[in-house]
Amino acid sequence: MANFYKDNDDIQFLFRHIDLTKLAELAEEGFKFANEFDYAPTDAGEAIKNYEMVLDSLGQLSGDFIAPRAEDVDRQGNTLNADGTVTYAKGISESLEKLAKADVMGFTLPYRFGGLNFPNLVYSMAIEIVSRADAALMNIFGLQGIAETINAFASEEIKQQYLPDFAAGKVTGAMVLTEPDAGSDLQAVKVSGHDTGAEKPARVYQDAQGNWFIRGVKRFITNGCGDILLVLARSEPEISDGRGLSLYLVERGPWVKVRRLEEKLGIHGSPTCELFFNDAPAKLIGERQRGLITYVMSLMNGARIGIAAQSLGIAEAAFRVARDYAATRKQFGVVIEKLPAVRDMLIDMKIAVEAGRALLYETSCVVDQSISCEKRKELNPPTDKEQLKLLREQSRRLDRLASMLTPMSKYYCSEMSNRVAYDSIQVLGGSGYMRDYACERHARDARITTIYEGTSQLQVVAAVRGVCSGTAEKFLTELAGKEYDPQLKDLLGKLSAGMEQLKNAIIFVKANGNEYMDLCGKALVDIAIDLINGYLFCGQASAQVDMQLAGDSSSMKGRKVEIARRYITKNAPKIAALAELVKMGDKSTFTKYEAMIGPVPTE
Amino acid sequence: MAYNCVVLIKQVPDTKRITGKAMNDDGTVNRSALPAIFNPEDLNALELALQIKDKFGGKITVITMGLPAAGAILRDSLFRGADEAILLTDAKCAASDTLATSYILSCAVKKIDYDIVLCGRQAIDGDTAQVGPQLAEKLGVPQITYVEELIELNDKTITARRNIGAGWQQVKAKLPVLLTVTADANEPRVAAAKKMMKYKNARTPIEVEQKIKLENAEAAEADIKKLAEHKCSELEKKGLLIKQWNLDFVGADLTWCGRNGSPTKVHRIQSVVLASKETKSIEPNDRGISDMIHELIEDKIIA
Repeated sequence: MANFYKDNDDIQFLFRHIDLTKLAELAEEGFKFANEFDYAPTDAGEAIKNYEMVLDSLGQLSGDFIAPRAEDVDRQGNTLNADGTVTYAKGISESLEKLAKADVMGFTLPYRFGGLNFPNLVYSMAIEIVSRADAALMNIFGLQGIAETINAFASEEIKQQYLPDFAAGKVTGAMVLTEPDAGSDLQAVKVSGHDTGAEKPARVYQDAQGNWFIRGVKRFITNGCGDILLVLARSEPEISDGRGLSLYLVERGPWVKVRRLEEKLGIHGSPTCELFFNDAPAKLIGERQRGLITYVMSLMNGARIGIAAQSLGIAEAAFRVARDYAATRKQFGVVIEKLPAVRDMLIDMKIAVEAGRALLYETSCVVDQSISCEKRKELNPPTDKEQLKLLREQSRRLDRLASMLTPMSKYYCSEMSNRVAYDSIQVLGGSGYMRDYACERHARDARITTIYEGTSQLQVVAAVRGVCSGTAEKFLTELAGKEYDPQLKDLLGKLSAGMEQLKNAIIFVKANGNEYMDLCGKALVDIAIDLINGYLFCGQASAQVDMQLAGDSSSMKGRKVEIARRYITKNAPKIAALAELVKMGDKSTFTKYEAMIGPVPTE
Repeated sequence: MAYNCVVLIKQVPDTKRITGKAMNDDGTVNRSALPAIFNPEDLNALELALQIKDKFGGKITVITMGLPAAGAILRDSLFRGADEAILLTDAKCAASDTLATSYILSCAVKKIDYDIVLCGRQAIDGDTAQVGPQLAEKLGVPQITYVEELIELNDKTITARRNIGAGWQQVKAKLPVLLTVTADANEPRVAAAKKMMKYKNARTPIEVEQKIKLENAEAAEADIKKLAEHKCSELEKKGLLIKQWNLDFVGADLTWCGRNGSPTKVHRIQSVVLASKETKSIEPNDRGISDMIHELIEDKIIA
């Protein structure tokens, strides 16, 4: 009997600490849906109760049903059948069936399509919980952004045709973007590379009646064997950049063949497919030419939050393996968690997990507010000019903030997940290296998170713009202006000192050009994230609510004071050093590249 | 064709999570020290009914005989997909043994149009496994006990595989039929989000009345009744009023109910106090505690 929501004090504490009332009010648009749908809430209290009941139920399913199957799923993997179809690992099929019965495959979809209309924050919590049980299953459970993209941009007809099946868990989807020559650089999508099998260039084309068809190859497609495929293809051959790409919906059928399943280091339960589209009938989503620049960008932002949540779930699982082991394994006559080096590692792991959670949940809240602002602007703008102006300003501010925090969360959580999973193996020593314990699986599963949906390096590029353009400074100033518990005063002093160091580093970088900014991106983003997390921890330590810890006389707030203290105190010298490093202005990366690593290979 | 199922469920003390003082000095179970849960194998019975409904259609009615607090497991049943829930509650049910219980339940089940009655194999508080079989006798329908798998269901007959300890038996029976279901039959689904969101406010009339009493401690009996009636009719309009039956309503003969109808005599109660002879080390984690409790239950040290 395990419940991955109920056994997680931190998620439950944040559930109470974060202002869910505001998010519920935004999502429910004045609770107008209750008149039409018998399961829609009539007030914020009821909505919040709904969120918690669903997380509780999902926590039970994850703990009791999904997690016990994860090891077999990892060993078994998926099977490519002769007819080009894919059979999931047994545990994945069984879990998907249970998830569908639990009504949780349309978390954020509107009521009218059978969805739950929950905020993204609650969806992030859910993804974390499921990923802790089985990271690979998340790649299907966490693909609800595909339905969300259809909801946001497709015609009413397409929405009505496909969304109810998504919400009911009758179909799964895939985002079909990558090609052999277009990975991180999606602008290079040709239509679909070259159809090497038929020796014909791949393309998307229209017949005389205006129906679209796609022909060609796509690679590295997560759940490419899914029922509904969103395919990025070049509809305007004469435009070679992102503006020539459109997004299409293709239903699975004899015209889509899975040619190959990749053999991966981790997430074995998630099928990664090479697809061949054989004149597949396609439906245009939204407008031509907006495929990459609007639709896929929006899809990607959601997916990045999803990967951050997946990373967090893996890290939580890995930490628990390490802690349980360290508390029982005896060496030198004591349990190993009494040894200073092991103790230190475990504390750092735990704090890193909670820092990632703080950042991800904050980001999800901002995204929820941003989406709701956007919606109001489009569907229900205020008639008063002054108010409209205010709304537009607010929307711009939230959008900028979301655009900075999203890559930060993805970057921080995925890197953190890898560190924690590796350290988990380290805590277990030789046993951790064996397949007998789950930590080796967690480390393999974590490895992809810093790569897909945009590498860490690209997340830094996306985030550093926000750090240097004033978004980070504004946000940090806003955080600094909140009310905190007086006992945190010295910590807040350290954070504001860090902010000054960040400002100075930014000034230096700006004077040194864009190339230098990209070079220093990681350092600047690292400083900004550490400061943001520091404030978020202080916020948690000053929360209006508290929670007694099970089997312990201490309280959650008391714990958070200690965590904030350690996190901020230990990061302060690192921040200072990073800022110094940036201000050294070392450009040897550009000027001495070959001198240091040798001439460019000729063969 | 569709099949109407009646599932009989029971709220029991969670004997797997014993905390504090689990046994009273007189050797009976201290129910207040244990969390009340849905009897585990009744969940398997409900899951089997839900699978029948998923495949063939039909209506699922869930009945529990118990205290007003049993409303919780009725709601849980609605969350998982039951169509109707009934609380059978009456002070005159108190002290019923398995014979009286099965008689009372038979009176209730007879009021419902059913094809299949499903019970958990046994409840974890009494462990008798008698109520299901006795109920089948009183209903005059065939029974298949210890069901692990439903093999075939057609119009007039059902075929199921039952566990007989050292092996299995495949049994075919005519409908209507009563099944008792074991934990090996399936893994119960969790509550469905939309049903939870809808039915979380479902209440039995007695729960409504208790809440009103609590909130209006000063009010006169008649006023409370009036408020309760109003609230109940509101709930009923929204489909959120859980049915509540009593012995009179189901037409039970009181001589067969409660203590009168219970021939079981407790021969002896043993309050077991173990003298320490040998020691056993138990890991200080959830797993260790859970294993220990299982061992104690299997050794009949606690029940």
